[in-house]
Amino acid sequence: MTEASTARIYGLHMAVVVVLFALNFLLPDYHHGLFARILVLATFAMGYNLLFGYAGLLSLGHAMFFAAGLYGSGLAITYLGFGVSAAFVAGLGCGALLSLVVGLLALRTSGVAFMIVTMMFAQAFVLTIVYFNQWTGGDQGLVLQQASRILTVGNASLDLTAPAVRYLAALLLFAIVLFVTLAIVRSRFGRVLVAIRENEERTRMLGYDTFANKLAAVVLSGVFCAAAGAAYALLFGYVGSNFASVQYSILPLLWVLAGGAATTLGPLVGTVFIYYVTDIASSYTSAWLLIVGAALVLLVLFAPKGILGFVRRRWIGWLP
Amino acid sequence: MAFGPHLLLATLEGLVTAAVLALTALGLSLVFGVMRIVNVAHGEFFMLGAVLAWAVATALGTHPAIGFVAALIVAPLVVGAVALLSERLVLRRLNYDPEATIVATIGLLYIIQQLALSLYGPEARPVTPPFSYRVLLPWFGYSGYKLSIIAASALLLVATWLVLTRTRIGLVMRATQYDREMAQAFAIPVERVYAGVFALGAMLAAFAAVLIVPISQAHYLMGQDPLLLSFIVVIIGGLGSLRGTVVAALLIGLSDGIVSMFFSPTLAKLIATLVVAMVLVFRPQGLFGTAAR
Repeated sequence: MTEASTARIYGLHMAVVVVLFALNFLLPDYHHGLFARILVLATFAMGYNLLFGYAGLLSLGHAMFFAAGLYGSGLAITYLGFGVSAAFVAGLGCGALLSLVVGLLALRTSGVAFMIVTMMFAQAFVLTIVYFNQWTGGDQGLVLQQASRILTVGNASLDLTAPAVRYLAALLLFAIVLFVTLAIVRSRFGRVLVAIRENEERTRMLGYDTFANKLAAVVLSGVFCAAAGAAYALLFGYVGSNFASVQYSILPLLWVLAGGAATTLGPLVGTVFIYYVTDIASSYTSAWLLIVGAALVLLVLFAPKGILGFVRRRWIGWLP
Repeated sequence: MAFGPHLLLATLEGLVTAAVLALTALGLSLVFGVMRIVNVAHGEFFMLGAVLAWAVATALGTHPAIGFVAALIVAPLVVGAVALLSERLVLRRLNYDPEATIVATIGLLYIIQQLALSLYGPEARPVTPPFSYRVLLPWFGYSGYKLSIIAASALLLVATWLVLTRTRIGLVMRATQYDREMAQAFAIPVERVYAGVFALGAMLAAFAAVLIVPISQAHYLMGQDPLLLSFIVVIIGGLGSLRGTVVAALLIGLSDGIVSMFFSPTLAKLIATLVVAMVLVFRPQGLFGTAAR
């Protein structure tokens, strides 16, 4: 990897963040709100991409990591009176703990069994939320009061419910996770993950501890998803069990596939693309799930590498 | 009611669940065993069978028994055709790559579910049972139709077993399951076997759904629970093992019937899900299966 290409890659990612920053001042109200949400969900997709795209592990239970962040911070605010930053850390902690336990168990399996086990753990997670509906609000969920969503740093206080603050907070989270992901996939660890995806036996034969590397990938992925979940709770003030449902495990898969698995910017591109497609479609028909289904089938048939995978192959070979 | 009769009632209800579950799970298990792919849309084929049963019975509008028998024939055939179509148009083009087919069948799941919602509507609709004879037991009367479900399911299971073990078709299927490339070398039309197995799996689910519709109801979301339960049964029984599937269906159906009669259904489901996940983690070949090759 030469100096020039490193500069080029970081330059491209900086440019993307700068464009997103500029959009804060340019977007009309409706799209401004939509984009704040997209940035948080793209962070969720980036967490999923680290495991699915780079390590090659297909999980159908990532909604539980998102929901762990969501409920971890939401319940901490509602019942323990945590401040915003403490609640965010609580969400991260819940995600890290859950992904560590799930990883330790689920990684004993591989392939299809891994997918089914993660799906079952996620199912058990939803059922737990429903069972304790006295505290979690069950299907209805909880609404976080505006007063509890004000971040105080020293003497200054930031109201996370204000649109511009919300957008910039979402962008900050997105940018941090984007650059951390970039650093990870360009590091030795990232390359070992790709090696495991391509040929696990050979990687093990070369002397790498594949289990430890995969476990690290599951935990990092879980923490990113939990960060997105915690941010969602704090920025949008709603915590609900539908975010833990299997649908929210499938959506990040769809976003990542659409944008391009194993590309750093793919999750953002895919989330924007799918979000706007369903948004436009749902203004014509209520059957937006039909669009999601058709998109999945068409993507896997005709564009298995996604939008950026296609771009990388045709035009820009250096795209990370 | 005293404890004994209560338990008997729970057991009978559990047997009905097990009978329907065994057929549905057998379909999933055949597809997994022979084709080595996971069909996430399997529950939607089940739902489609139930919805079609309602449509056929309503369209005929004559005596419930005639409508039901017509549904029992038409619904599996139509569902089989839908499965055949999706196998031709989607799965074959993916070359049966395991992960790509999972994503594609998730897509099919959404498409079928949404089409059912748009064309059939969000209501749950009943189908009249073909007959309403009550079997009188010493403590309570029990629906004769429910007992006939158990009989019909057992009959079909035995028939499937005979086809698999005693006929040329079954031999070809087992050969393909054992070694795809070697089967192809021996001039077995592997692609046609795959198409047939996929359709057969969907038809079994549809048949099970037609049987259950008179006692539950046809609803566009009814495919979710059978899918998860079938996964559970197939896993516990050992992927691709017919005997294991039937034993596991009995185990899950009976314990589901008994547990949900005495405990909170959410808690029962929660524990069952975790137990099955642990079985898969610590005994990936299932309780009755042999080690995966």
